[in-house]
Amino acid sequence: MKFTSKVATVAAVAALTLVLGDCGNSKSSTSGKTDKAHSVALVTDGGGIDDKSFNQSEWEGLQKWGKKHNLVKGVGGYNYAQSNSDADFTPNVNKMIQAKYKTIIGSGYKLEKTIKTAAKQNPKTNFIIIDDVIAAPNVASATFRDNESAFLAGVAAAETTKTNKVGFVGGVHGQVIDRFEAGFRQGVAAVNKNIKVDVKYADSFSKPDVGQALAQAMFNNNEDVIYQAAGGTGAGVFSAAKNAIKSKKVWVIGVDRDQTAEGKYKGGNLTLTSTVKGVDIAVQNLADAAMKDKFPGGKTKVYGLKDNGVRLTRGNMSAKAWAKVQEYKQKIVKGDIKVAERPSELK
Amino acid sequence: MRIKNKTIQSIWIPLIAIFLGLLVGAIVMLLSGFNPITNYANLFMGAVGSPNAIGEVLRAATPLMLTGAGFAIANSAGFFNIGLAGQALVGWLASVSFALAFPDWPRIFLLPASIIAGAVAGALWSGIAGYLRAYFGASEVITTIMLNYTALYATNAIIKGMLAKHDNDYSPTVPVAARLRTPFLEHLTQNSTFHWGIILALVAAVFLWWLMKKTTLGFEIRAVGMNPDASRYAGMSTKKTIIAAMLISGALAGLGGAMEGLGDFQNIVVNNALPDIGFDGMSVSLLAGGAPIGIIFSALLFGILKIGGLNISITSTTPSEIVNIVIAAVIFFVGAQYLIRYWFDRSAAARDKKRSAAAVRQEEAEQDSGGKDK
Repeated sequence: MKFTSKVATVAAVAALTLVLGDCGNSKSSTSGKTDKAHSVALVTDGGGIDDKSFNQSEWEGLQKWGKKHNLVKGVGGYNYAQSNSDADFTPNVNKMIQAKYKTIIGSGYKLEKTIKTAAKQNPKTNFIIIDDVIAAPNVASATFRDNESAFLAGVAAAETTKTNKVGFVGGVHGQVIDRFEAGFRQGVAAVNKNIKVDVKYADSFSKPDVGQALAQAMFNNNEDVIYQAAGGTGAGVFSAAKNAIKSKKVWVIGVDRDQTAEGKYKGGNLTLTSTVKGVDIAVQNLADAAMKDKFPGGKTKVYGLKDNGVRLTRGNMSAKAWAKVQEYKQKIVKGDIKVAERPSELK
Repeated sequence: MRIKNKTIQSIWIPLIAIFLGLLVGAIVMLLSGFNPITNYANLFMGAVGSPNAIGEVLRAATPLMLTGAGFAIANSAGFFNIGLAGQALVGWLASVSFALAFPDWPRIFLLPASIIAGAVAGALWSGIAGYLRAYFGASEVITTIMLNYTALYATNAIIKGMLAKHDNDYSPTVPVAARLRTPFLEHLTQNSTFHWGIILALVAAVFLWWLMKKTTLGFEIRAVGMNPDASRYAGMSTKKTIIAAMLISGALAGLGGAMEGLGDFQNIVVNNALPDIGFDGMSVSLLAGGAPIGIIFSALLFGILKIGGLNISITSTTPSEIVNIVIAAVIFFVGAQYLIRYWFDRSAAARDKKRSAAAVRQEEAEQDSGGKDK
């Protein structure tokens, strides 16, 4: 008897909830129009659209694009799908296709296989792959010369270090992060061959705790500038730096986005500079092209220092360091210096 | 009468748990300003609304049935096998490595052999914990947790050092002959990742039932789980039974991993974390109370929530964080079903008490009237 009455209470609450549910809906309606033939969706690589890095930059670009064209967030406009694990890539892409998004962006090289298969299966949908190249008539690829901006980060680090020891925290070993490592090491060596670069990998793009532990050890080892190319893991490098700065001067070089905000602490800012990757620009350009029905399927666009597709921010560098960075930038743009793509190419 | 009550309970309790979970999820969505009805409709459509969605749900449920069955066997023997994730991972690695090592074998040999390689690897990995428990009394909770980490970092090192090509962080794709996904199934389910592994998973559920109910080993496993001392006194070899239970448990988890390796992913990547199928398999098995048929249904429920959940933020503006809270709420209530069971038992006890009191009164009344008649 008692139990039945409890069930009744629960059912009553449920009914109330459902009634109120309709009120909730009207509140959350967003403005903007739908345009099915030009809708764009982003599928994240596991970092999430708030990773303060790669995915966030793309989503910011897509949001800007959506607002520019007055599109609604959701079906028929622009949207994103969060991949909680690698197993979600294919279902997410397929659900986007079924929801009739016209252009689908695979955020990062981890989605290469998924996008390649989906492109073959859905020839009428446009696909964009960032940081990798897929040869298919309906896929546009965008890659970045991260090694060039990483080279400049190396110059900045070499000009700033007082201990002649700098660190590099990478996410996962692979072609993409190899470019960062190679460029950074080459840049440091270009300024001063005697500076030691300590390279460590977290084996993850989403483990701030590991990033923090690695950075902590580097600071204890008197390395005073750390360049992080580790996605979400990089947040841990900033927390470690905020701890270390209480006792000595340390710097962090940010990645993918201008990470000045991440370096704020009581009494200043410890973000030396950031290598900015124009994924937001790339996303906007490609979405714009799709908007004009001129989607560059089958083509690969390589973004480098030359076209500002990658760049180094002014940040908190000294005037001397900034001048040196400009000097090397010119050399790279002119082709006087060729930046390595793999650590194995370095002597 | 009692047995019938129990059966009804074992169906009703999980259903009420799911309902309460959905209810809490609805309240969360409501408080954040999203419409729970639309969202649940989208979840449902995203899980069963198209052949593709159904294919994905079945694919997501496949490894969970295997890891769930693996957990159930160890649990019957009185172990908490937390190492399912690690065992699945080594099974995944073994099946993919085997397929890559013998790309020229014909399908009828390569596919079964790769699957078996996964099962053997999983069994050996859990066998370590079983052996340590049987002969040295080492807590399987601690050893399996530690073996999980060993599995994660060891497999990552092997993938990077031996399998991956061109500085990548993933292995090459397994040869066609070793793939569980086929063009026929892709065509049938609109390019979903559905694969033939589902048959193996269903067979595993039947195997679990047969092993536990129809074999001596199953009887011994249950006996050791209930009372190891009494089992030993009755002449059973508890050490042998413990190791056997852990081996079978690990083999099933390894099969779960092989399903990911040969079915869903068709390769192995450097993992940031242990695969979800391990811990989800535990929840699946606990929700089902270890019953084979229950494992099938609870694995399907997990598949529906995971795949359907993706659809919510794709078709509406509800952020995926809210969706994850809703799904976690359902799983939480499913896990907290002991509370519901407690309500059930208490109300049943109260009813019994009333009924027996009434029966006594009636008897007394009959006796009284009978006395008067005389």
